[in-house]
Amino acid sequence: MAVTTSKMTASSQTMNNVEAVRATLYEALKNDDRIIILGEDVGARGNVFLITKDFIDEFGPQRIIDTPIAEASIVGIAVGMAMEGLRPIAEIQFADFIYPSFNQIVGEAAKTRYRSNGEYTCPLVIRTPYGGGVRGALSHSVSVEALFYHVPGLKIVAPAFPADVKGLLNAAIDDPDPVLFLEHKKTYRLIKGEVPSGHYTIPIGKANVLKEGTQLSVVSYGLYVHWALEAARALEGDGLSVEVIDLRSIRPMDRTTILNSVEKTRKLLIIHEDNKFGGIGAEISAMVAEEALFNLDAPIRRLCAPDVPAMGYAETLEHEFMSSPEKMAKAMREMVAF
Amino acid sequence: MAVRTTTAFERRGLSDEQLRQLFRNMLLQRQLDNRGFQLNRQGKVPFALGSEGHEALQAGAAMAFERGKDLLAPYYRDLGLCLGVGLTPYEIMLSIFAREADHNGGRQFPNHYSSKATGILSFSSVLAAHIPHAVGAAYAIQYRNESGRAVLCTNGDGTTSEGEWHESLNFAAVHKLPIVFLVENNLWAISTPIEKQMAQPEIWKRAVGYGMPGKRFNGFDPVETYACVKEALERARSGGGPTLLEGMCYRFLAHSTDDNDMTYRTKDEVTEHRKSDPVPRFEAKLVEAGIMSEADVAAMKKDVLRETNEATDRAEAMPFPKAEDLYTHVYEGAWQPWQ
Ligand SMILES: Cc1ncc(C[n+]2csc(CCOP(=O)(O)OP(=O)(O)O)c2C)c(N)n1
Ligand SMILES: [Mg+2]
Repeated sequence: MAVTTSKMTASSQTMNNVEAVRATLYEALKNDDRIIILGEDVGARGNVFLITKDFIDEFGPQRIIDTPIAEASIVGIAVGMAMEGLRPIAEIQFADFIYPSFNQIVGEAAKTRYRSNGEYTCPLVIRTPYGGGVRGALSHSVSVEALFYHVPGLKIVAPAFPADVKGLLNAAIDDPDPVLFLEHKKTYRLIKGEVPSGHYTIPIGKANVLKEGTQLSVVSYGLYVHWALEAARALEGDGLSVEVIDLRSIRPMDRTTILNSVEKTRKLLIIHEDNKFGGIGAEISAMVAEEALFNLDAPIRRLCAPDVPAMGYAETLEHEFMSSPEKMAKAMREMVAF
Repeated sequence: MAVRTTTAFERRGLSDEQLRQLFRNMLLQRQLDNRGFQLNRQGKVPFALGSEGHEALQAGAAMAFERGKDLLAPYYRDLGLCLGVGLTPYEIMLSIFAREADHNGGRQFPNHYSSKATGILSFSSVLAAHIPHAVGAAYAIQYRNESGRAVLCTNGDGTTSEGEWHESLNFAAVHKLPIVFLVENNLWAISTPIEKQMAQPEIWKRAVGYGMPGKRFNGFDPVETYACVKEALERARSGGGPTLLEGMCYRFLAHSTDDNDMTYRTKDEVTEHRKSDPVPRFEAKLVEAGIMSEADVAAMKKDVLRETNEATDRAEAMPFPKAEDLYTHVYEGAWQPWQ
């Protein structure tokens, strides 16, 4: 699979997504002493997924801050640090707990540069694990991207592969503006891949064509891009040619890659774990309808979660909420046949 | 009036010149406030907000601030503080007129002063949202071992009810950060009186709960204010951690030009507090102590009016931001939601 990188070295290492986040943070801490990690349980425990394990021993409690349980100020204090020349990486333990910091992300971080006419900036990364399929119940499973992607001034990335995690996390850390970095929990240990050694970045706002195809364009991100790829590969045996695009960045979004693909396949299926109404798929559909309606041979389709407040804890409820490679394959077949 | 030196005049180490500076700042605040309201009545600006009643508190606090070292995280009522740390009346007027040359480029309401060069952090209209920023800035100062620097962070009494206020003081205390939290208690939050804001109305006492020193002082007295803020800032600068200060004052005007305070408080109440108006009181004190003559006072008032007029005319003559300026500074460089 093609990974766009600014600098590739010959050597690489197999990692899962947790290891990719961890290795990238570690290198960043080593290379730039303006970088501070702050969040709940990031120090002595090393984060609930052990992403920052032992960092506190090497970098000290001034750089790895176990904060009080107070999300608004975790982000707010990071905003102040960023305004004053540090490079904070704030962690929200689970995306479900990001709501108390909504004001600081949307009202403050995203508007610091704008409201001060460029005098102050907010180079800040907010990392948070999101997503379901892990029996996380109502409040350890949410997708939050649609709540934030409406906000100019904020960037949002949601990489799915270890190599992209590293390249995009490096890009987020280098970025002069606030970046919300979404890590899908179920991919943390499930997904392994080759990660190039050395420092490299992947530009924020660039999608990745994971699989080329001619009959249908599928756009997805996060856990579901893996399932979509699995489904598309399975359909190859039946002679179906499905193109799969991993968005990787949600804001800014890669219009060119989507439009080029749709122009070729003339059909678009958008798949995401977040619910449908007002989701990322709505914006992509609107954009393609505005830009390429007459290139389409079928109505745009969105395969998304039902519009209920959350997935349930019981296996039946979680299963009903989540999609699957089988459901995706079915939708792909229908689209190709249309 | 006979010139006499009184022992009652506590000057807390301030020179005659500094005392006159305090008074001039107070006069300038009042003059600029009046001007904002006048311009609003003339239909020249859509909005104005005054700090009448806060003059002594702000002039005193600003005098304790070390220019070029300390940082100020103010709120919208801090005209006098911002003047006192180095903003000019011209800069204030650019903000009132929303001109292109304003620090915020005419994007924010007036009174949302910010200036990187002066050490004033940018803030929004969202109450208490700037308190964690001040704490983060204090953390940066401590992390870089920049001893001798501190952050002065202010807000109103009503704002202390916000969660971010509490979260920020708690964090600052845990890390013993170089910061002073100064609450300007004017007894009102728009129409909500202090007793509806909190059951225990002495805000400074909350310091005990956070594990930091706390103090209440008379914010109508610029010299006492100066001494309290200076003590707290010096503690912060030398590694002694944060302090919670509560300066008592009163909001003489309505909340803003969009508010009519006679719908929720009485004229009698305002008149009663006006009896302690800090501006004429400090004037009388200076004259009585022989630090200024009545002629000096008159000359200073004239000079403040001249400065205000000049700033007004100069700012008014400046251009508005261009329509295309709406699109800049969203992100660094040019931007598109789609790439
Ligand atoms: C989060 C938020 N809620 C409400 C408001 C509207 N508002 C603006 S000023 C104000 C009163 C603030 O009172 P206080 O903190 O005592 O400051 P004062 O204006 O008295 O100096 C309110 C409610 C706001 N700006 N932000
Ligand atoms: Mg008040």
